[in-house]
Amino acid sequence: MADAALFEFLHTEMVAELWAHHSDPGPGGQKMSLSVLEGMGFRVGQALGESPPGPTASAWPKRLSLPPPPPPRLPQETLAFREELDVLKFLCKDLWVAVFQKQMDSLRTNHQGTYVLQDNSFPLLIRMAAGLQYLEEAPKFLAFTCGLLRGALSTLGIKSLVTASVASLPTCKFQVVIQKT
Amino acid sequence: MSRPAHRRPEYHKINKDLFVLTYGALVAQLCKDYEKDEDVNKYLDKMGYGIGTRLVEDFLARSCVRRCHSYSEIIDIIAQVAFKMYLGITPSVTCNNSSRTEFSLILDKNPLVEFVEELPAGRSSLCYCNLLCGIIRGALEMVHLAADVTFLQDTLKGDRVTEIGITFLKKLDEKKYRRKK
Repeated sequence: MADAALFEFLHTEMVAELWAHHSDPGPGGQKMSLSVLEGMGFRVGQALGESPPGPTASAWPKRLSLPPPPPPRLPQETLAFREELDVLKFLCKDLWVAVFQKQMDSLRTNHQGTYVLQDNSFPLLIRMAAGLQYLEEAPKFLAFTCGLLRGALSTLGIKSLVTASVASLPTCKFQVVIQKT
Repeated sequence: MSRPAHRRPEYHKINKDLFVLTYGALVAQLCKDYEKDEDVNKYLDKMGYGIGTRLVEDFLARSCVRRCHSYSEIIDIIAQVAFKMYLGITPSVTCNNSSRTEFSLILDKNPLVEFVEELPAGRSSLCYCNLLCGIIRGALEMVHLAADVTFLQDTLKGDRVTEIGITFLKKLDEKKYRRKK
């Protein structure tokens, strides 16, 4: 379907234009553009999770409902992690499929609030050459999506920091670190 | 490449919402960056132009449109095939002059403004959907047609419908065109 294409074209143009507009000589400028893109992604991620007013269905598939916590045999920290992990699994499956038409390829965690989500063929990087070419440019194409993840998590009640890294296109890793309040 | 997951109907909505919400975030960001409405409008048009020049290839690859022999045929394809494909709507078409170089696309429903109730305060000259004008202009230019594309009516400014005016700038030399076949 062409709906994904339109978003991809818009995203590419945004990266190109916002970068050119916000760039300052020096490393400070680069950070400003990444945070602008990330901020936009955050707002979109938040909105995707909110139910629109009125009789229309929520943007999320109806089956999003965290499973009830198991009976309290388990220590409290483990309960919290179980729910958190379910939210991350939801992001890797449902959110990723809805937004990028594929599931995240792997999800790893240290069970202490850090998750690494790996996508072996991230659609926003696929149009660029595979391998090590354009490695420097890759972060610009990931900033918006980092914000999207952070925004979606925020709507689901989880405060986090999301960063991304690329070792070789089009594979990328999103690192989610849960912020305990 | 992983097999695309089955597209549930809810995912379609999220995908369409994704583009519309991202566009909204973009306009909001540009309003922060530029004080004058004309500058935002110009920027949206420029970004749209960049998208249009690349979108047309995507469009031609997905559709099987045959060669056009008149401006009206081209406008019909924009309205009935391209708009339908990318935005899920089919604007109606009117021709505004006897030499058949000026046309209007009339949108009863504009998906881009689905989450926008009214223009932000102090932004009464903002052409919220100006990206669309740029896209059409850029796409036409890639197939060697120069055109002026502007908004003639805008629901966000109180009009009943959204009307996009497309004026072709050079008369298609039909005899010359046919010989090229």
